[in-house]
Amino acid sequence: MIHKRCDVAIIGGGPAGLAAAMAAKREGASEVMVLERDSSMGGILQQCIHPGFGLTYFDEELTGPEYAARFFEEASAEGVSFMLNTMVLHMEATHLICSNKELGMVTVEAASVVLAMGCRERTRAQIQIPGSRPAGIYTAGTAQRLINRQNVMVGKRVVILGSGDIGMIMARRLTLEGVDVVAVVEIQEYLTGLTRNRVQCLDDFSIPLLLSHTVTQIVGKGRVEGVFIAKVDEQKVPIAGSEQFLECDTLLLSVGLIPENELTKSQGIEIDPLTGGPRLNQYQQTSLEGVFACGNVVHVNDLVDNVSIESINAGTHAARYALKKTHLREGHVVCTPGEQVRYICPQEIALDPNREEVTLYFRATVPLKKVRITASIDGKVIRTKRAVRVNPGEMEQMTISPAALLDGQELTIDIEEVR
Amino acid sequence: MEKVITCTVCPIGCEITVTGSEGRIEGMRGHACKRGIPFATDEFLLPKRILTTCVKLSGSDEPLLPVRSDKPIPKEKLFACMELAKTLEVSAPIGMGEVLIANILGLDCNLVATKSVTPRQ
Repeated sequence: MIHKRCDVAIIGGGPAGLAAAMAAKREGASEVMVLERDSSMGGILQQCIHPGFGLTYFDEELTGPEYAARFFEEASAEGVSFMLNTMVLHMEATHLICSNKELGMVTVEAASVVLAMGCRERTRAQIQIPGSRPAGIYTAGTAQRLINRQNVMVGKRVVILGSGDIGMIMARRLTLEGVDVVAVVEIQEYLTGLTRNRVQCLDDFSIPLLLSHTVTQIVGKGRVEGVFIAKVDEQKVPIAGSEQFLECDTLLLSVGLIPENELTKSQGIEIDPLTGGPRLNQYQQTSLEGVFACGNVVHVNDLVDNVSIESINAGTHAARYALKKTHLREGHVVCTPGEQVRYICPQEIALDPNREEVTLYFRATVPLKKVRITASIDGKVIRTKRAVRVNPGEMEQMTISPAALLDGQELTIDIEEVR
Repeated sequence: MEKVITCTVCPIGCEITVTGSEGRIEGMRGHACKRGIPFATDEFLLPKRILTTCVKLSGSDEPLLPVRSDKPIPKEKLFACMELAKTLEVSAPIGMGEVLIANILGLDCNLVATKSVTPRQ
């Protein structure tokens, strides 16, 4: 067995891991190692060949591979070391046990660890669609990998369930490749992805978007022959008599993402049931000292630009921890989602002599117009801002100053419509 | 002619109603800010999009190379450009940004690689 040591070990070489690695090195960590299970770096961005990345971070419109390359090149130039084909199988705090294609078992002893494993897609099993079990049912991301990286086409006539961004982007991609996209079916009464994607991926190609509809049955023996869809009521229950049959040979599922936290949970790290990811403080630090986390393993982001920003934060603080440059803690404040707020990241604000401004990221539970967003401490308002519109698919943020906060206080964020 | 355009400049997504005829705008309403004006103007007169796809790649471990148009191209030319891209086969090594088809369909833009690929070891 091969033994390696480093200051900061980063699990996952996608956009989160690359940005964290770059930042850790810049902060002064001498050995930073990225452990990636795929055969190349960049994570899911490698298959996201479409544009729309980097609009806020780089102020230009890049494709996924281009965005990943920028961070890979920066991290390489900083002297980060990369281990490909390396799967972290087990961790004991900051001690990692991995399998590598050529080296076999490898142990990595790190002073700090950054969790950057990303997320995976929800599948048919999680949404329990009745019917037979034919070939031709894919998650949208799997189809994306097959089409964009492996040169395998998934079908000729496709129905897409879910109006998330990946689903809409695949609708356009398939259409450009000559595939007939019958419809995008969405159980919510609103679009779950970005408006920009509805315009450029669906409207541009006249692909029908059926809101408040879902797939109620999959039909087919060897291969999908079609799906029944139905309108749903306010409780998301299919309305009897509204069923219609859509003939298709393929069903793509774009029905949500789950942070991939098996390693996290194995260490007893506290998980936020609202995000499915580890609870963090503003330094991206988990409940296990020395273990940090960033990107979609924490909460599912809509823009990679935000992932880069929080990952730079994670890498910086993981390096400071490794170099024993962290401040003494004076306590913490818990962040709790209030009215119309689904979750807040970070879940805690650590109080230390530093008291730098903290950016809180949060999502609305439902689309709302003309709103006031309020941050309060133990019920007393400390900041408000107005927004023309909020949407669960688009992350909101608010910066607050922790200067006057005291240990044990509770911070809440509420969103309310103003008349 | 009246056309409703969803603005994608920011996440608000204003529904902008543009009236006019082909090549001419007479009126515009529904935009919450002035950034919507140039957007809706372009969308009404000549909507353009960046095209991204993959082309066949040989001499590498990967079978496909991701590519893009280096400028937005008129929406109605997307499928014609796709037809050209489908016939293209390139071989490694290729650098990110390398021009694969210059001045595609005379549209004053190039089809370029969005990834660097090294030859098979």
